[in-house]
This record gives sequence, structure tokens and C-alpha cells, in this order.
Amino acid sequence: MAPVLVIVWKDILLELRSRDLVVSVLVFGLLVVVVFNFALNNAPGRAEQLAPGILWAAFAFAAVLAMNRAFVRDQEQGGLEGLLISPVSRDAIFFGKALTSLIFMLLIEAALLPVYAVMLDFSALSFNLILTIFLGTLGFAVVGTLFSAMAAQTRSREIMLPVLFFPVVLPVIIAAVEASTRAVGGETLIGLGRWLPLIGVFDALFLVVCPWVFAYVVEE
Amino acid sequence: MTAPAAEAVQARDLEKSYGEWPVLWNLDLSVPWGQTLVLFGANGAGKTTLLRILATHVRADHGSIAVAGHNLRTQPEEVRRRIGVVGHRSLLYDDLTCKENLVYYGRLYGLKDHKPRVEEVLAKVELSSRADHRVRTLSNGMQKRAAIARAILHQPDVLLLDEPEAGLDLESVSILGTLLAEWTDSGRSVVMTTHDLDLGLSWGHRAGVLHGGKVNFPDAKLQNAGNGVSLGVTDGEIRQAVAEALKTGR
Repeated sequence: MAPVLVIVWKDILLELRSRDLVVSVLVFGLLVVVVFNFALNNAPGRAEQLAPGILWAAFAFAAVLAMNRAFVRDQEQGGLEGLLISPVSRDAIFFGKALTSLIFMLLIEAALLPVYAVMLDFSALSFNLILTIFLGTLGFAVVGTLFSAMAAQTRSREIMLPVLFFPVVLPVIIAAVEASTRAVGGETLIGLGRWLPLIGVFDALFLVVCPWVFAYVVEE
Repeated sequence: MTAPAAEAVQARDLEKSYGEWPVLWNLDLSVPWGQTLVLFGANGAGKTTLLRILATHVRADHGSIAVAGHNLRTQPEEVRRRIGVVGHRSLLYDDLTCKENLVYYGRLYGLKDHKPRVEEVLAKVELSSRADHRVRTLSNGMQKRAAIARAILHQPDVLLLDEPEAGLDLESVSILGTLLAEWTDSGRSVVMTTHDLDLGLSWGHRAGVLHGGKVNFPDAKLQNAGNGVSLGVTDGEIRQAVAEALKTGR
């Protein structure tokens, strides 16, 4: 089994044992949409305007919550140190952790999306919307893994992660909201304009830069 | 074992500082094959830092290190494949069982047929009956034994042990002693730190004292005892020399 998959297998096994990440983030995601729904008085007909913003605000906050936990279990008894002294490249460690985060976030989003669709009155059965969510979440997972590794080495992990994470993923969030607005409005793939490629470009950039920086972040 | 280099561990001119505080300074060290080097030293002398550098977890500021002939700076993954580490933390996951933890590490180290090897190392540290118990349910001593099983799983050439006896009961210490004797008898090497003079001298072929950033070998007899014969806890002179070196740093 490739080291990336070994790391993913271990993290999934740990999550199945505790279920503390997926359950807590799911509950949080539901609470966010309920709060937004009442706070913004989501009247019928305004779904196309409001839903994408609420959706991505919830996904972004949920991502921060999930990413905060990404390295916690690895820190407890030195699991990360065990990884770092094993003959596995830093890139493999990074991609293993990022893939795990991506899987967890996509699972959470898959559970939340139908609920959001009902509460915010939009159709979730849109290939363009799902593609946008996948690409946006990929960006979250890659950037989040890097900053989670950085934040895990600080005392104020819970504060540090959002402070580092949001400014960097802001272009992805903006592009994802714009693309989702058009997808919810029934636009074709071409109709999403430059927003979807923009997310793709940022994802590609993050996929190159973040593993490279990660190697220095975990070095003592 | 891999094709032997001249020395199991060879460090030259090693330096490491934390900020303005020098921990290791012009440190030279060599560990022959088939020997256990025991390092003594006061708290803060740099024993753990030295082991963490050898384990590739901390980068030295200066100097060169080779483990089993592989340069630590240019071939870190080759070095990692050849070392086993037992530190203050178990490096195991509390919510996984002993067996799952070892399977995980076996896969990370690319062991082809890891299942029989996992069974074998669990039997070696007498944890077979607890193989399917989660690590968090084990006592500290058992967790340490599980950590030892993890360290020897991939049959490394060099074992790096940081106070391995800490938290172990007499029976576990005896298991570890037997294991280390087998380890060096098979031509592999061990570098360990301890505060327990008697234990260290009985397990080690050589004893060094880390002081002022360097390793001193306080008694010539210790340096010459490279024939695989245990130094023996009853050797009062050696004990005296190491104890004196710990006090004076020479």
C-alpha cells in the first residue's frame, strides 16, 4: 500500500473509532445554516442570491473546524514524529493528510448539501454545483492541511488556523460563491465563466506550493 | 541487516544550538557494529537532542552524520529505514490497538509480509495477549513495550533509545535487556541514554558522558571494551569513573 493511502487508512480508522470530527462538524454545519436562514430572512425567490453565500460560509467554517483536528491525534502521543522518522517523504505525508481532510470534508458536505437545498430552496442536483464544491473543497483541504500543521505547533492552535487560513483561501471562496450562484441559477459549464477555472488555478498553485512549504514547517 | 559500513554511526564536528544556547559543540561520535553505546549526562546536557538529530527529527546546525554508511543530510530516507527509535513518547495512536499500530508502521516501512512480523515482535515484548487492546487501555509500562515493538518492527540496523527503562517494571526491564543483547549479538548497534548508572553499565559495551556539548569517555577501559563483553554492574572502578565524569564533566 502506498504511504499516502496508509496515512489515509490510519486516519479513517481513528475517525471510525472516535467519530468526534465528522459528527461535531456535521452538527456545526447544520447550526450554521439554521442561524443564517433566520438571520437573513431567506424569503422565497431570493435563494439564488443567498444560498451560495450561506453554503460557502458554512463550508468554510466547517473546514476550519475540521482542519483544527487534522493533526491533533498525530500530536497526542507523537504520531506525527513517528511519521517524520519513517522512510516516507514529506510530500507523501502532506498528501496523505490532505486526502484524508478532503474525504472527510466531502462526506460532511454530501450530508449537508441536501439539507441546505431543502432549507434554502435550491436544487442540489447540479453537476456544475457539485464540481464547484469539489474544486473549492480541494483548495480548502490543501491549504488547510498546511496551516493546520503550522498551527498545531503553536499554543493558540484554534485561533491561529482561521487567521492563517481565511486570507489565503479568500480567492477560492469568492470564486466558489460566484460559480455556485451561476450553477444554482441553471447556467451551463461555460456559463460559469472564469470562476471555475480560477478555482482550478488556485488549486493547482496550492498543490505545488503547500507540500513544498510543509517540508519546512515540520522540520525542527 | 544491510551491507555494513565501517561504523554503525559516525558523527563528526556536530553542532546544535537553540537560539543563543549551544547544546552540542564539536561533538565527535562513532558507534561500531554490534555494540551498545550508553550515554549518560545531566538534565539538559543534550542527550535527547543528540538522539533526535540521529533520528533525523532535528537538524544539526553543523557537522556530518552517517548511519549505516548513509549520510543523514543527503539520504535521510535511507537513514530512517535503518533506525528504530524509542523516545519519551510512544509514537503510537491511543485509539488504535497494538496490532493496528504495528500494521500501520509496518506498511509505512514497506514491510512485504508484515503480519507474521507483527506477531513476532508482540511476542518478543510479551504483548501477544494484548495485541487487540487499544493502546490507551494499556499501562505506561505496556505502552513502552509496544513502543519498543514498533521500533524493532522493521529490523533496523541501529536502535536509538532515550531512557528506555523509564516507566518499565523489573520484568519489562529484563525483557528489554535480553532484546538488546540479542540485537547486538546479531551485529546491530544501539545508542541509548539513561540516568541509571547500574543499568547503563550492565547493558552497554561503551559508556560516554555528555557534558559541555561533547561526549567524553571517562575511562579507557570503557573504550577498550569493544569485544562484546558486558561491562558488568559490579565493576566499581568504571562506575566510579562515570559518576566522577558526570560531576566534573571530564
